[in-house]
Amino acid sequence: MTFLIRQTLIYAVPLMIVALAGVFAERSGIINLALEGIMIFGAFIGVLFVNIVQEAGGFAGAKADGDWVALQGFALLAMLVAAAAGAVFSLLLSFASVNLKADQTIGGTALNLMAPALVLFFIRIIVNQNVLDMAMGDAPPWFMLRKTTLGFSRTDDLGFLGETFINQVYPATYVCILLFIVLSVILYKTRFGLRLRSCGENPQAADSLGINVYRMRYAGTTISGALAGMGGFVYALTTANCSANGDVAGFGFLALAVMIFGNWKPLNIAGAALLFGLFKCVAASYTSIDINGDGVCLLGEIGISVHLYRMMPYVITLVVLAFTSKKSRAPKAEGIPYDKGQR
Amino acid sequence: MREKWSALMEKDGAKAVAASLISILIGLLVGCAIVAVSGLTNAALGPSSVWDGIRLVLGGILSTGRDAAGNLTFGFNPANVGNMLFRATPLILTGLSVAVAFKTGLFNIGAPGQYLMGTAATLTVALSIPTTSVPAPAVWLLAFLSGILAGALWGAIPGLLKALLNINEVLACIMTNWIAANLVTWIFDGSIWRNMEENGKTGYVYKTARNGVETAKWGLDAVFPGSQVNWGIIIAVVLAVAVYVFIAKTTIGYELVSCGSNRHAARYAGINDKRNIVLSMAIAGGLAGAAASLYYLSGNTEFYWSTYQALPAVGFNGIPVALLAASNPIAIIFTGCFMSMLNIAGQQLTNLTGYNEYITDVIIAAIVYLSAFSLVIKMLIGGRRKRKAPAADSGPVPAAGTEKGGGDA
Repeated sequence: MTFLIRQTLIYAVPLMIVALAGVFAERSGIINLALEGIMIFGAFIGVLFVNIVQEAGGFAGAKADGDWVALQGFALLAMLVAAAAGAVFSLLLSFASVNLKADQTIGGTALNLMAPALVLFFIRIIVNQNVLDMAMGDAPPWFMLRKTTLGFSRTDDLGFLGETFINQVYPATYVCILLFIVLSVILYKTRFGLRLRSCGENPQAADSLGINVYRMRYAGTTISGALAGMGGFVYALTTANCSANGDVAGFGFLALAVMIFGNWKPLNIAGAALLFGLFKCVAASYTSIDINGDGVCLLGEIGISVHLYRMMPYVITLVVLAFTSKKSRAPKAEGIPYDKGQR
Repeated sequence: MREKWSALMEKDGAKAVAASLISILIGLLVGCAIVAVSGLTNAALGPSSVWDGIRLVLGGILSTGRDAAGNLTFGFNPANVGNMLFRATPLILTGLSVAVAFKTGLFNIGAPGQYLMGTAATLTVALSIPTTSVPAPAVWLLAFLSGILAGALWGAIPGLLKALLNINEVLACIMTNWIAANLVTWIFDGSIWRNMEENGKTGYVYKTARNGVETAKWGLDAVFPGSQVNWGIIIAVVLAVAVYVFIAKTTIGYELVSCGSNRHAARYAGINDKRNIVLSMAIAGGLAGAAASLYYLSGNTEFYWSTYQALPAVGFNGIPVALLAASNPIAIIFTGCFMSMLNIAGQQLTNLTGYNEYITDVIIAAIVYLSAFSLVIKMLIGGRRKRKAPAADSGPVPAAGTEKGGGDA
């Protein structure tokens, strides 16, 4: 059970934060199909940053001293760098769709094609292979929190909660959850959030009340890019062993599905992300999941193919879409370029 | 001359061509700029490699390797041209797939999934019917048709969801893509078609040549020695013409296009819009399936079956092919060849310099990005003319320059 919750969280958190990225863009009226591409780009820049600083000996001292606060601060810094990279990359999308009134679907597709190409081009030039790793070691010993890092002995039992939420976790996960909550509050409880949402519903009305629709859409897409970039790095850090290879295995698209599944609302998205994270986790390690602790790995014994588990999130999304398409409420003005002259 | 040029540029078709050429030119410039920046900032590559890189990006198709002194040599290379035609085959067909959907107002981003389903159907049929009892050409035809059918059925799913439940086809296509990727892996995982004979090839399915099923070459191998080209490219061209005739000259084609122009007006005029949406997606899927069939039936191409984490790039590359051609089926033949030419140039870049083939994907992505606002470019071309026409200024000159630049590439 402990293992299941821990793993589910690891998969769910990037999904959650990237789905929220989608919400910020779509609520401001821009369809951000480029989530996948921005994740790839953010992951690459984040990993490159870790690689370069590690190469320069930036935190070898902290590692040697077991100073986990400094190491986590460093991971946080890398997340910020990835977020900045994502924000910059997403400017390509906002420029095309806000200033040039381009087709947002095609613009997003272009970024999705661009990111892996660009990333692989540079990775090949930098390390002469297709994967950029950390300069030394693996991510878990560097950035994972364990009992021993916190001063407990290896044999101490921290109880169910302690074992689940403190031992062998990435603090980046909790940072993302916190960020998710803060941003959701901003989206719903502040003036900025209200204005942003109004631009996705009826930009003409928003403009008539003195809101700069273009600026709001830039803001929405840039926040979206930053979150997606950060989500990409968190994905790379927690599930890809802090390596970048121009691929996030469709997580960006899955996040898009989570967003629709969650009906563009943060609370529903958190639930949907957990559900999808659970599926990802089951698909990745169903043979070793022991739910009630009796030593029998039930899912492994049923003998359902792993491919079915892997397919599940996408099938469920389609089925849910089929049932809720009448009720599903996308922001009304999403995907429509705002033209001041139009009524 | 100037008046003639002006009159020509007033036409929509000419504007579309000019917009595409500008996109291509800017895309190539972006590629060259990235080569230059990475070459100048990376000590291992150095400034001397930049010139080599740029020459290969622009003219890789004509590359014949390096001479004894280590300089790049250029000239007609039949193997390169043949391979370009071979790789253009699936690109033309996925481009047609995307274009047919565009004509009906749908964005078929599901071509990768349809391509995968076509691959699975083609390979299973081509490998499981023994050519000892059934003649090989018949097996080839069956495999080809089953590839088309599988693609069409897979394409019809988002079409049905769109028509009946009004689910956005882009989302449905993305989901079906990943379902297809998992399904295809499932089909081949543990199957008898996995290549167990050659060591180190465990991730691959047998080539169809193992069963004696191959697309005929009929003289093309004599024209382009050392290349993989076969009659698949002729079939692709014939299909492109067929799609053109279907869209432009038949009633059903007209119905599809009118649904794309205005679904509600079409329904008001008595056209069954729902049926046409499904039909359009099915045709699009069938074309993507045909792309996979022709690629894998060549006999010497291998399919990596454990594909659940990656979608085939050729499916996505149908999007730029269609966009560049402004969804014109005949123009797609040329844009498809252009895309595969870039592909060959990338390969030469990997083989001959310190750069790699991903630069061509960057160029393609830049072209797609520019196509997203091709309307703006078209408007700029038109607007420029209107403003400049009274002053009889040198308006046409820059546009003429770009056309030449595009032609060189």
